[in-house]
Amino acid sequence: MIGFLRRVREAGILGMNQRNADFIMEYNNRKYYPLVDDKLQTKKLAQDAGIRVPELYGMIEIERQIRQLSVMLDGRDDFVIKPAHGSGGNGILVIAGQQHGQYRRASGLLMPLEDVGHHVSNILSGMHSLGGQADKAVIEQRVQFDPLFDDISYRGVPDIRTVVFRGVPVMAMVRLPTRRSDGKANLHQGAVGAGLDIATGQTTTAVCLDKPVHAHPDTGAPIKGIQIPGWLDLLTLAARCHALAHLGYLGVDIVLDRTQGPMMLELNARPGLSIQLANRASLRHRLRIIEALDSIPEDARERAELARELFATPGLQETADVAGKTDDIAAEPSGTNLSRVSL
Amino acid sequence: MKNLHLKILAFTLIAVGVGLMWHKVTTLGLPLTPDEETTIWTVEARIKVEAEGGPAQVNFMLPGNLPGFNVLREDFVSGRFGLSRENDGLNRQALWTARRADGQQTLYYRLQIADAQNASRTSVDGSQPPYPAVPEYSEPYGSAALTVLDEVRQESADIASFTRRLLNRYYHESPDEHVQVLRGGIEDDLTHVENVIHILAGARIPARAAHVLELREGMRRVDTVPYLEVYTGSEWVPFNPTAGQRGYGESTLVWYRGDAPLLYTSGANAIDVGFSAARTARAVVDVAEQRAELIGSRVMDFSLFSLPVDTQNVYRTLMLVPIGALVVVFMRNVVGVKTFGTFMPVLIALAFRETQLLWGIILFTSLVAMGLTFRFYLERLKLLLVPRVASVLVAVVLLMMSMSIVSHHLGLEYGLSIALFPMVILAMTIERMSLVWEEEGASNAIQQGVGSLVVAAIGYGVMNYPPLAHLVFVFPESLLIILAIMLLMGRYSGFRLTEFWRFRSLFRETSRT
Repeated sequence: MIGFLRRVREAGILGMNQRNADFIMEYNNRKYYPLVDDKLQTKKLAQDAGIRVPELYGMIEIERQIRQLSVMLDGRDDFVIKPAHGSGGNGILVIAGQQHGQYRRASGLLMPLEDVGHHVSNILSGMHSLGGQADKAVIEQRVQFDPLFDDISYRGVPDIRTVVFRGVPVMAMVRLPTRRSDGKANLHQGAVGAGLDIATGQTTTAVCLDKPVHAHPDTGAPIKGIQIPGWLDLLTLAARCHALAHLGYLGVDIVLDRTQGPMMLELNARPGLSIQLANRASLRHRLRIIEALDSIPEDARERAELARELFATPGLQETADVAGKTDDIAAEPSGTNLSRVSL
Repeated sequence: MKNLHLKILAFTLIAVGVGLMWHKVTTLGLPLTPDEETTIWTVEARIKVEAEGGPAQVNFMLPGNLPGFNVLREDFVSGRFGLSRENDGLNRQALWTARRADGQQTLYYRLQIADAQNASRTSVDGSQPPYPAVPEYSEPYGSAALTVLDEVRQESADIASFTRRLLNRYYHESPDEHVQVLRGGIEDDLTHVENVIHILAGARIPARAAHVLELREGMRRVDTVPYLEVYTGSEWVPFNPTAGQRGYGESTLVWYRGDAPLLYTSGANAIDVGFSAARTARAVVDVAEQRAELIGSRVMDFSLFSLPVDTQNVYRTLMLVPIGALVVVFMRNVVGVKTFGTFMPVLIALAFRETQLLWGIILFTSLVAMGLTFRFYLERLKLLLVPRVASVLVAVVLLMMSMSIVSHHLGLEYGLSIALFPMVILAMTIERMSLVWEEEGASNAIQQGVGSLVVAAIGYGVMNYPPLAHLVFVFPESLLIILAIMLLMGRYSGFRLTEFWRFRSLFRETSRT
């Protein structure tokens, strides 16, 4: 029991309460939340700052505009509809094509225009938004994602989530959609999270539904060792988003477009904690290191380089070894740790 | 220091809450546990005098300092006499006076007292009396007294044990020769006590007689009995002289002290003084209320007892909500259970109070299950959000109604209490649950549903714990303590219990490397 508690302390895992109390409340000023909670505002801010984002096709603000949906979507069969104030990836409809006069979703299901209209109506009524307030529906370009992740994702858009603290990227992961997550790149819906080595941009360990995995559950391809192209640029992009949102503790979601390169998809003021499981590393240690820094470079690229320097995992090989051994952990019957805690 | 502000605030709240509670418990005797009853004595003194026709005055001793009792009320029935009261520091006195009184007059004094919880019956506060001079005893009384005092002194450690030894010896069944001289043919109990006081003066120990009533249910026309009080240097210690026991008994009421007569009249002849007493039991809370009124405490004015009874009953329920909220805070932030809606479980738990736990869970589960079925059907109709939730609400009301009717016909009375479920909350829960079901899968939805039920059941258990319900109702200031706990929990940044499970693989790993 005591040994377990010591290990818990040494692991330095950031819990939900500590994330909220020590980082989100300390470093994120509430008045900047609307900037990241409203995806339209984030998009405009990013465009002004010269950060590439998916192109905005249109926006629906009132119920009546749904009638013009067919006009608005005319000629487009490849787009994403999402709530401007969505949370947790809910309410995102990905249309990947047209078939027999119906839209084809990323999951392969066909959907008549009428159903798309209903989806928009649900978005407007605030069904998917934080706190249920009335919302806007955003129609934007569907990213033609880089074939890099083709083997290890099941439809949908894989994205790269980076936690940026005081402008310094501290931890990153690739989120790979699975059949179970219905093409969504959200870990709690069943997507795979693959940790990224901050120094090299290579995938390391991975997690799916809080359990360590080393192959994609649908494709069976190994996840480890995939190199993200232009890694320093990507880190720099994530670091730049800090100035955009004025949030000290920030999650930046970036997608890799086949032709246009990295694009900022959205920002998150309350990034989740599963990134620790994906990387098999502690956020708290890294956050405390950044917290202890006296000065932080002004330039985003310098901050990205600082991160590579600080969080280069000397034992990358070693971590990878442990990841290889994790199968038996995942296969073990549940309940041992928790019961030890409660005893 | 980090969070110093918060800690000071929380500490202040706790201090104020505990302080007010302490005040109420100690000075008003409010009970910390429910269903406590206390013994109430109603003691009546009846004084009969024969007035001589001219101006008449009746002085009657009144109880002032009653160790072990709280006075709830006192009444005087004065007839044609005017009443005034005096307090000479040692005793209270009633002065009944009449310019012209004739024939037999009866005066009444009625006193209602309650057992004071935790009050000391073994010592009495009082100012320091002058130390008596050693009396000039006559012989052979003097040498007997000095011999006895000398012997007793050798066998005792302090004034209290000295007195006990002396009393044991003086009231011994077969007194030795010295004591026989000292007792010298005295018959009367009071005279014996006065005799002991006289002997104690030989050792320069201040002592006085206390005139007490040994209260018994239904006693009538009894007289006072003498007790002995000796001053130990800091307090008066009472003794039952014949038994040699320290302290007043549980039903010993001290009427007055000293050697003044109980009743003194001028212009009238005292015929008779008699005491009677009756015992009743009453809820401690009522007693405290009455006492607060008597001693003029404003605290009870701000208590919930000053409200009309039906409003009181509303607050009996409302005051439980903060406790339920505390359970929710704990379950969500310390344990890490996911629930639908933050405080939905509290409201469900309140409804469980009426339905009982098992029936509550059965009714709630079936209601939500049927509501969900209806909601999934509505999904096909592609309705807007608010009309859809409203439709679910109607469905919930219809379901509740039909379940009540069916269970009534089946003779299951618990089915009727389903009407107390918060239906708007239920409709919202069904809507939330169907969204989670669609977006995050059935297992997530059921998990959160079960989580809500578990929190509601725990909340029910805590809120239905009678001592707790009593505590928040009688001591509303205990909410300040709950508030302080919540504030402190608001800065809890440790792990949630469920996170040990979620991150278990990371905790394992460190043990290996």
